[in-house]
This record gives sequence, structure tokens and C-alpha cells, in this order.
Amino acid sequence: MLLNQFLLLAAGLFCIGVYGVLVRRSAMLVLMSIELILNAVNINLVAFGALTDDVGGSVFALFTIAVAAAEVGIGLAIVLLMYRNRRSIDLAQVDLLKG
Amino acid sequence: MLSVLAAGSVSKVSTVTHDANWFLEHAWIIPLLPAISFVVILFFGKRMPKKGAEIGITAVAISFLLALATGWSWIDHRDHVEFDAGGDESEVVDDHGDYLAPDELGNDEHAVVVDDGHSNVNDSVRLAVAAAEAGGEAEGSHPYVAVQTSTQWLQSGGVEFSAGILVDGLSVMMLLVVTLISLLVHVYSTDYVGGDRRYTHFFAFLSLFTASMLFFVLSDNILQMIVGWELVGVCSFALIGHWWEEKPNSDAALKAFLTNRVGDVGLLVGMITLFFAAGGGTTFDTITINEQIVQGQVGHTALVVAAAALTAAVMSKSGQFILHTWLPDAMAGPTPVSALIHAATMVVAGIFMVARLYPVFFEGMSIGGSSINLLSTVGAVTLVGAGLLAFVQDDIKKVLAYSTVSQLGYMAMALGVGAWTAAVFHLFTHAFFKANLFLGSGSVAHAVHSFDMKKDMGGMKKYMPRTFWTFVIGSVALAGLPPLAGFWSKDEILVGTGGWGLFGGTGGNGAYTFHLVMGMIGAALTAAYMTRCIYLTFFGRWRGGHAHDEHAHDDHAHDDHAHHGEPHESGPRILIPLYVLSGFSLVIGLVNLPPGLFSGSSKDPAGWQERFLHYIEPAGSSYFPAVAHGTPSWSLALISTGIALLGIGLAFRYYFIRVDRLSRVTGQSLTSLPNGLTTTNRLARAGHTLLVNKYYLDHLYTGIIAGFTKGPLARAAYWVNQNVLDRTVNLAGETAVRTGKVVYTKIDQGVVDGFVNRAGRASDATGQELRKINSGRVQNYATLLFAAAAILAGAFIILFAL
Amino acid sequence: MSSLLAAVSADADLMVAQNVFFALVALVMLVAAVRVVTSGNVVHAALWLVVVLAGVAVQFLFLGAEFVAVTQVLVYIGAVIVLFLFGVMLTRASMGDDESVVNERRGMSALVGVLLFAVMSLALIDSFNDDRVVIDEPQSVTTVSDSIFSQYIVPFEAVSVLLLAALIGAIVLARKD
Repeated sequence: MLLNQFLLLAAGLFCIGVYGVLVRRSAMLVLMSIELILNAVNINLVAFGALTDDVGGSVFALFTIAVAAAEVGIGLAIVLLMYRNRRSIDLAQVDLLKG
Repeated sequence: MLSVLAAGSVSKVSTVTHDANWFLEHAWIIPLLPAISFVVILFFGKRMPKKGAEIGITAVAISFLLALATGWSWIDHRDHVEFDAGGDESEVVDDHGDYLAPDELGNDEHAVVVDDGHSNVNDSVRLAVAAAEAGGEAEGSHPYVAVQTSTQWLQSGGVEFSAGILVDGLSVMMLLVVTLISLLVHVYSTDYVGGDRRYTHFFAFLSLFTASMLFFVLSDNILQMIVGWELVGVCSFALIGHWWEEKPNSDAALKAFLTNRVGDVGLLVGMITLFFAAGGGTTFDTITINEQIVQGQVGHTALVVAAAALTAAVMSKSGQFILHTWLPDAMAGPTPVSALIHAATMVVAGIFMVARLYPVFFEGMSIGGSSINLLSTVGAVTLVGAGLLAFVQDDIKKVLAYSTVSQLGYMAMALGVGAWTAAVFHLFTHAFFKANLFLGSGSVAHAVHSFDMKKDMGGMKKYMPRTFWTFVIGSVALAGLPPLAGFWSKDEILVGTGGWGLFGGTGGNGAYTFHLVMGMIGAALTAAYMTRCIYLTFFGRWRGGHAHDEHAHDDHAHDDHAHHGEPHESGPRILIPLYVLSGFSLVIGLVNLPPGLFSGSSKDPAGWQERFLHYIEPAGSSYFPAVAHGTPSWSLALISTGIALLGIGLAFRYYFIRVDRLSRVTGQSLTSLPNGLTTTNRLARAGHTLLVNKYYLDHLYTGIIAGFTKGPLARAAYWVNQNVLDRTVNLAGETAVRTGKVVYTKIDQGVVDGFVNRAGRASDATGQELRKINSGRVQNYATLLFAAAAILAGAFIILFAL
Repeated sequence: MSSLLAAVSADADLMVAQNVFFALVALVMLVAAVRVVTSGNVVHAALWLVVVLAGVAVQFLFLGAEFVAVTQVLVYIGAVIVLFLFGVMLTRASMGDDESVVNERRGMSALVGVLLFAVMSLALIDSFNDDRVVIDEPQSVTTVSDSIFSQYIVPFEAVSVLLLAALIGAIVLARKD
């Protein structure tokens, strides 16, 4: 198997995740897109680990999964707060820094 | 009678010596004494017993004695100056270059003096050569040599300023005249101005004037002449305005001074021209300048300019037409002043100057050989014009003043026609008889306390016989009847015009027929107005005291003035000068008898003929032009005497016969015929009015010229100042203000500020635009972030990795 | 499954089969990912995300990382997606169609995505042209754990602490008072 197929797949996922982050108005969907990105990265890590027979790639992927989980937890807590404060999670309305 | 005198040839060697008799070399003491007396009187005069008069008289008396001694030395010098080489090596070479011994000099006419400038050539050798060159014919074998003593005052930039004296016949004559008349006037003044408020001051200025005039006549360079000229002018101003508390007097003094100033412009221009043209721009020496002109080294145009300018100076100082207006007004001064200054001495300063610088005029105006020139015409017009004016004067001094102007016209005319000796001789004789007449008028006025003939005089012969006789002698001398002084001098002037060809006379320097005619008319007028003056003053009945009273007898003494009583003869201090002067008027003419009158030659030193000419005229000298002398003739003498007698006769008939008879008939003391010519004939009345208004010259000067300058000219200048100059300045100011405004609004506000504002607005606009990036939305930021990252990464990869 | 994979990896036909399988799974993943970012319904998006996550686990298996694959399924699909769904419930995100996306954002973002993909693929193809991944045998759990607890012990502890912090933080943030 070509390395590139995995990497290109990961790149595709990454770019789709980036598109989702930029486009989506709901905070939940943005978080989901971020998950896409993280998973693309994970594929990359494991692919490189497999290329070099290094177990470190997998180990790092595990750590990434853990961090991603934590991040989703925190992110959802923030979204909850946001919902509580303004009854909406529409990111287009969050423009308090608008100058 | 037809002895022809060869025109003296002119010596090419300078006929000046620095080594002569003590009196001739030290003649500068003569002006010094009155100058010292001036200072002494100013400081100590008030304390002296006679209030300073004694200092003045002493000084002038000593000067007079010294002048006599100088005159005697001059005569001796003139007749006996010899060349005596002694043992000195002579540096005279003939045209072959051989040295000549002194006794060979007389034979060699081509001797040339080799002069290396160190006076190795002694003066006597020079004189010998001069005599040889003069041909030895004129004046015996003794040349006419002037004596010059000078010292260098300072030298600057190549120009030498020296001070010194030049003694020749002309100076000596003037010395004698000035000191004698000044002495007599001093004595006269002790009586006339006795008790005056400024007696001491008066004598101080008399001394100063005497010193100035003597200084002037002894000048050896033109710079000194200018100084002397101005000094006598100042003294004249001070003395005319002696009683300056009365405004007419101070006005008259100012008028004299300012009119003289007008002529002084000409003096300065003339002298400067001479300095540069004839003095070579280095020297002011009169002798040098004259010699240069005589030798023909000076351009003719320069001489014309100088002569014309100096003529203007003469016109003001010597009272020629049209600048004579100050002289009659100067009679506001005390009579001794008028006698001394405005008759005998100061007014002749101009004549003297012309005589001294005669080559300028002789060459500049081409006197020899023409029939009219500026100087002679001015003189001729003056003498007739002033003579006419003397007829309408009521004031006795004014009659004499116009008479002085007229006689000065004679002198100027004589100089203008080339009769140099005649002019100088007339100056000489005129001083005596005019001073005599003035002092006599002063004597009369002193008695009646007024100068008005018509109002306060008349019949004075009865009261003042001695004054009367001196006055008559003076008048006859003035009128020119032989054998008195005036006849000889006036006749010589008429001869000198050279216009007597019709009557057998020849010679002279030209054919000035017009001037001859004017001279004769003047003679008639002179005789006539003096006769009038004598009648009005001394004959008829006394009109003084209650002169305005119509009563025939005025023996009631209800007035203090009448208590003064009748006029009486003056004291000896007044009379003795009168005697002296009238005595001179009688005999002084005999010093210059024309040749041919007695047997013997004019060249005979012991003879009577032309003594004056012999001693005074610098014929044959190096600094005098070759002037021709006219031939006197009996016919001219007879005709001129006849004309004078005619004048006297006409006036005599009018006054002594008709007016006198009418006075006796009506019982009044008349001064003119009530239905005379001027009352009946309109032309005569117009002429009379013209004369009474002095040809309207005063009106011209004061009213028209001064008035124009004060009025329209001043207003025009003011207008120019306000509207042109001020407007220009204001315009400049306004333009600056307007420019400032424009710069402010357009440039400063518009461009500079606008630039700044636009820059600000631009950055503001840019900021406003850039601000839109800050949407506040995270996703926008993220978009930008990712896009930038992608682009940068792409750039890196493409540039560096591929 | 690991023995199955070990048995087929030696054969050339197995390669072809692997490649085909890979292509299928990749395609499904990509489609699902696209549906995640374009779906109007939040729940649908979450479910599509489940598909993507499952596909990722299969990719891990392809790469011989068995433990990671299992962990992925357990943690991601089992916990994270559940969390998402709880969050959807709590925030009452509309279960119907999503709000409309701002148009210019869609264009721009697509451009950015495409650009990014272009750059990355350019770099990848250029760098790892013909590198092959050869799986001799799948990674054992022993190897992974050994590595974690010896070489990467410090990051392990750090992640632990991180999880603790995240736990506490989430609780603190989401508390009602």
C-alpha cells in the first residue's frame, strides 16, 4: 500500500473538516468538524508510524484521541454556557469583538 | 595825442619773485592787525574807556601806515627791480645750448631758463630773461614783478593747499584804499554810532570786516579768495543787521546774504572749473592759473564756463543787474557801514576778483576783438538801469546806493571791454568820492534824524555849510566834471570801449560802440540825479520838524521834537573824514593822466602820465594777458563833459529854477512840480511807476519765485509725496497683505492643510475599510488564517522545495 | 480479524483486494465527511460523523494498529458521539433544517479548503512519491503499552492530568450556579 493513499485520504478529511469549521453556523457542527480534523491527523500519525515501524505513531494517536475527548467535553461545556446566556448557539451572532 | 602804446607782450617766464623788500614780503601783517583787534575788542572792548573803539582805530591806523610803507616799497620795487646775477652760476642757455653770462642776456632774445626746480636759478636771472623776452621796450627795462610769499598749509592726494599773499600793484592799491577808508570810517563812527546799544560789537565787526577785506585782496590762491569773499559777506550781514531788533533791518541783512549766496554758486562753479582746467587739478595758485591761461594751455570751453560762472558771482557781490536788489535794502545798516562796505570796499570785491583773474575773462569772453560780451553788457545795463532808479528815490542813502550800483556797472563794463586799468582806476577814485557822499549824507541824517529827503530835509545848506561843500565836491567828482577824479576815470572807461572811431579815436580791444553810448547816457543820468539830490537835501526850505504841517512857519514850540530845534553842523569827528575824502576826490584823478596831456612820454618814469597804469597794471608780466589800450581823444573828453553838463543843466532847470520858484510863490517847500510830466503824461507815469517798483524785480524774486516755490511747487511736491510715493508704499503694503491672505487661504489652508487633512482622511478611510475585517466572528478570522497559511505554505513549497 | 489480515497480506491478490477495500472505505468516509459538513440536521450530521469515525477505525486496522482502532471505536464513537448527542439535546439545537449558511462564506471557505488540499497534496505527492507501507505484522498491545509506560511516560502523565483538568473544568463550567 502506498503511503500516499493514507496521507491523501487524511488530507481530504482535513480539508473537509476545515471547510466545515469555516462554514457552519452552529457551534455543535463546528465541534464535529473539528473532530473530523482530529481524526485526519490521527490517520496521518498512524500511517507514518506504520511506515517506519515505529510504535510511537500509534501511541501519539492514542494521546490525541484522549485529548480530543477532553476537548469535546470542554467545548460542549462552553457551548452549554453560551446557550444558557443567549438562548442560541448561532456563531454568527457572537460578534462582540466586532470593531 | 596819437602815441600808440604797443600791447605789452607777455612774458613766458613767471614774473613772480619770492624775495623782495621786507614790507612786500610781510604784508600779511596788515590784515592780521585788524583781526587781532577784532578778537581783543570782543573780549576786552566793553571794559575799555572808549568801549573798544580805540583798539579798532589803533589797529587800522597801524595797518594804514604799514600799507603806506608797502605802497612806497612797491613803487620802489617796480621801478628798480634789477637783474643782478652776482657771482651765481647762471643757468640760462641760448638756443645752441651754451651758457649765457648775465650781461649777455639783454642781447639774446632766445634765452631759455633751465630750471630743475631747486631754485638754482635765482630770481634775478629769471627776471632778466623776462625783460629780454618782453623786448625791453615796455616800461623801461624793469619788468613788472609781483611778490609772492606763501607757505604750504597741507598737501593731500597731490593737491597742495597753501596760504600766502601776493603783492602786486592791484593789491597795494586795494590795501591803501581799504585801510584809509576804514580808518576814516572808524573815526566817523565814534561820533555817528556813539551811545549805541551795541557800540563795541559794531567796532569789533568793523575790524573783522577790514581784516577780511585785506585778507581777500592779498590772497595768492583762489581758495583763499573764496574764503575772503565769504568772510566779507558774513561781515556785511552782521553789519547791515546791526539794529536787527527792527524787522526791516534783519530782513535787509538776510536779503543781502541770500542774494549773495545765489551768486556764490557761480563763484564756486567758476573756481572749481579753474582749479581743474587751469590749475591742473593740483594747485589753486592764482599766478599759475593765470599763466596757464595766458599761455593758451587751457581749453576755451572751460574758460567760457568759468567766466560765465564768475560773472554770476560778480553780479551778486558787486550789485550788477539782476542781483543788485540787495544793495539798496542794505542801506538799513548804519551809514558808516554803507560808506565802508557798500560803496568803497566790499562791493568792489567782485570787480577786484575779475581784475585779479583777468586772463579768465579776457580769454574766456574773447574780449579782444569783439563788440559785445556778457560782462560788458551786464555792466552797461546795470549802469543805465540803476541810474534811472536813482531818480525816484526819496531816501538819500538809496539815491547813493543806486548810484553805487550804477558806478559798479561802469567798472564791470570797463572790465568787459578790456579797459582793465580804467576799471581799476575808477574803483580807486569811486571809493573816495562815494565814501565822501555817504558820510556826508550820514552827517545830514545825523542832524535831522532821518534819511528822507522829501519829508525831513531841504535847505540844509544854511545849517550845514561844511557838509554841503564836501557833498558838492563829491557829487561833482561823481558826475565826472574835470578836473575832478571822476572825470579822468570815467573818460578812460569811455576811451577803453574803443567805439570812438567816429571821432578819431582808435585802439581799445574791440569796437564796443553800444557800451560807449550807454556810458554816455549813464554819465548824463548820474549828473542829473545828483543835482536832484543836492537840491532836495540842501536847497529850498527845511521841511523837517513839522514837515507834514502845512504852516509856513513853525515857530511854536508845542512839541518836544520842535524843541530839538534846527539842525546843526556835525562835530569834527564827522567833518574831518569828510574833508579828507573830498580833498582826495579833488586831486586823486591826477595820478593817471592820459598820455599826451603834458609833454613828455608816458614811458618817462618821472613824467605825470599814466602813473597809475605804470604802477598798477601788470603789463608784460607772465600772468596778465596782452591788453590793448585805447587812444584818448580831446573830442571824446569834450563830448562826455558836455553830456554831463547837459544832465546837470536839465536837472538844474527843473529843480533849481522851476520847483524853487514855485515853492517861493506858494510859500511851501516843494520837492517836485505838482503838474509835472509824470502827472500829465500817461507814458511818463507808467515809466515812473516802473521805476518806483524797481522794475518789479523784488516782486519777481519774493512774490513769484519764492512764492511759487512756497506755494504751488510745495503743494505739487506734497501731492507727489502723498499720492505717488505714499501710494506706492501703501500699494506695496496692501499687495503684501493681499498676497499674505492668498497664501494663507489658498496655499496654507488649501494645499498644505489640505494635504495634511487628506492624508488624515485617507488613513481614516483606510482604517474604516480595514476595520471590516474585524467582524467579531471567529469563523471569519479562521478563514483568513487558513487561507493565509495555505498561501504561505504553497509559496514556500513552490519556491524552496520544488 | 488480525489473523485474517496476517493470512492475506502475503499474497499479491491480497494487495489488490486490500486496495479495493481501501478505496471503498475511503470513499464512504469522504462521502460521510461531506455529509457531516453539509447536512442540515444536526443529528444527521452526528450520525454521519459516526460513519466517518468507523471508517477511521478501519483505516487503523489497515495500518496494523489494532489497539488504536479499538480505542477509536470505544472512545470516539462510544463516548464522544454520545456526548455530542447529549449536547444537542441540552442546547435544543433545532432538529430540523439548519439555518442557512452565509453565501460568501461558503464560497470563500470552499476555496480555502480546495486551496489547502491542493497545497497539501502537492507537497505529499512530491515528498512521498513511491513510499510503501509494508505491514509485516500488526502491532501488539504489549508493544504499545511498553512504549507508553517507558518512553512516553511523561506525556502519559500529562494527558492524565489534562483529562483531570478537563473533567473538573467541564463540571465547573457547566454548573448551574
